[in-house]
Amino acid sequence: MDLDLSPVEPFRAEVRDWLRRNVPATPLPSLETEAGFAAHRAWERTLAAARLSVVSWPEEYGGRGASPLEWLVFEEEYYAAGAPGRVSQNGINLLALTLFAHGTPGQLGRVLPPMAAGEVIWAQAWSEPGAGSDLAALRATATRADGGWRLNGQKTWSSRAAFADRAFGLFRSGPAAERHRGLTYLMFPLDADGVTVRPVGRLDGRPAFAELFLDDVFVPDRDVIGEPGQGWTVAMSTAGNERGLTLRSPGRFLAAADRLVALWRAHGADPLLRDRVADAWIKARAYRLKGFETISRADDAGAEASVNKVFWSELDVELHETALDILGADAELDGDWLEGYVFSLAGPIYAGTNEIQRNLIAERVLGLPREARR
Amino acid sequence: MRFVLDTEQRLLGDTLHGLLTKAGTPALIRRWAAGDHDRTLWSALGETGVFALAVPERHGGAGPLPVELVVAAHELGRHAAPGPIVETLAAAALLDGSAAAGPAAEWLPRIAAGQAVVSLGSPGRIRRALDADAADLILLADGEHLFSAVPEGPAVRALDPARRLFPVRQVERLATGPAVPRAAATAYDLAALACAAQLLGLGRALLDVTVKYARTRRQFGRPIGEFQAVKHHLANALTGLEFARPLAYGAALSFGSPDFPRDVSAAKAAASDAAYATARTALQVHGAIGYTDEYDPSLWIRKVRALRSAWGTPADHRARVLAAVPEVRGESPR
Repeated sequence: MDLDLSPVEPFRAEVRDWLRRNVPATPLPSLETEAGFAAHRAWERTLAAARLSVVSWPEEYGGRGASPLEWLVFEEEYYAAGAPGRVSQNGINLLALTLFAHGTPGQLGRVLPPMAAGEVIWAQAWSEPGAGSDLAALRATATRADGGWRLNGQKTWSSRAAFADRAFGLFRSGPAAERHRGLTYLMFPLDADGVTVRPVGRLDGRPAFAELFLDDVFVPDRDVIGEPGQGWTVAMSTAGNERGLTLRSPGRFLAAADRLVALWRAHGADPLLRDRVADAWIKARAYRLKGFETISRADDAGAEASVNKVFWSELDVELHETALDILGADAELDGDWLEGYVFSLAGPIYAGTNEIQRNLIAERVLGLPREARR
Repeated sequence: MRFVLDTEQRLLGDTLHGLLTKAGTPALIRRWAAGDHDRTLWSALGETGVFALAVPERHGGAGPLPVELVVAAHELGRHAAPGPIVETLAAAALLDGSAAAGPAAEWLPRIAAGQAVVSLGSPGRIRRALDADAADLILLADGEHLFSAVPEGPAVRALDPARRLFPVRQVERLATGPAVPRAAATAYDLAALACAAQLLGLGRALLDVTVKYARTRRQFGRPIGEFQAVKHHLANALTGLEFARPLAYGAALSFGSPDFPRDVSAAKAAASDAAYATARTALQVHGAIGYTDEYDPSLWIRKVRALRSAWGTPADHRARVLAAVPEVRGESPR
């Protein structure tokens, strides 16, 4: 057992140096606004030009074949440098990993390079008005058509969809009664004929997600991921990634926790808030070390990922709540900590609510009996 | 970088688990609480090399081996093994580092071999010596002085019946000088780390026994483990323990670096919270039976409450962590 990071220090130094020279001196506008989205897209292009947008991908798709440890180190440096949020994250952390597992060589070659370059920004299209925690209740359909499929129905809470280019999601291509069976995983353009995007304001009013209305939207066969009818299995491999290490790397919490300590000190180091500040810092360290453990075991999927998801999403809320409490009466004013707080509040809800995750932990890790279903 | 236990480290844990399972600790804990200080288990632990982990080679030990110490303390906690084990491990570091050549040469080989039971105290920090009536040696570290000590009066009644706490008074000076507080600081940190590992083991055992109970105990015609309210308590307990464990091993790996005290404190605060929350869940899920003296897991529940505040409270350790966090540039979360 060791924590020897010296082999990756040259890589860390290179990343740190590049970030010091390139991270914008003034923060970009919120990425959940039209202007901010464009600015963040431009930043993705800058990252890509330095081959830093998707370091862990193979070189042929725009990455540099970085090891999991190098990726964790990249993330630590990225957030420590105060670099902009990643507008591409749904694509690079979710869809791309699904494609690596289930995509055809043609799909990889067609989809990944523009994703890496920030040319195509992806939104996810999972939830529906009647299918939230119970995702398998989804009703939007994919019907066979000449050379492809026709999509119909409604998707909702589609993150980034207000300004994104394309989306990926699950559609019912078999009888509704089959629940997890008869689903197909498809990619589709958000500017296609028959797609209506209605931006939805999140808690702070910014259009961070959207409703999608699909009316006979044509999708060619080449944009089906995996086998038709096998979409649930394909999607669940993404769900493991989303809940685990890849979506919310330790680096972002380490950086936020360091800044929380600085904020606390700058506001007089109130002893009444000391335990909460310390706890956020300790938990960020715990998540970092858990990450090292996870990549040492080389399995970041399944029910273990649920333990991660509960932990980081609640840490994120607690950390930002503490920051707002330090800010006192100014906490309600627009600013970086408030935006981080609003963002954090979604964490225990998306990617499977924490209640669903706790059921999974109890049943699949601890071996408690499944609830008798009606 | 490979942040998982290697084969030999896992084997040490498995060996101790086997030994302690066979020893049947619940009965030993009750006998220890009644004043029966039989040393069969202590000697067996010595033969397995547990105490040698804190004693340097020149005094007949194999240490210091902090990762192995965490592995061992985790298993000792898992079985709630009685006796001043952490105190004896800390005493080894204290004797070794205090420039007390005579006492070190006399006691360290005996500690390493499992032939000496040692307790200790330190004014302000460790106010009462654990199991002082069972100890061959009691150390008292006070500023620049290291003393031997004797119990002063009977044990103070405490929640965990197997933790017999005695006020002590100094009798003979063993060493004086700046090495003493330095050694005492290292001993304190090692003890806090071992205590954190014990808490993780106690928590793990309580989670396991409570999951087992929830799978078999039936109410309303079904196992209570089917109910989400119960499931979520247990999932939370697991999550807390899973994220406290890497802090303990991370701290062990920073032994000897300036970060060691900070990392120990992070581990102790997190392990205390995780184990305590698990103990509360164990009590709640078991219901009234868990609240009884005669039900064995109650021994674990009481020990968790005691160790949560032993070797520094969570608040003490959180304060120590924050004092050690370096300044960063900004205070904005970008």
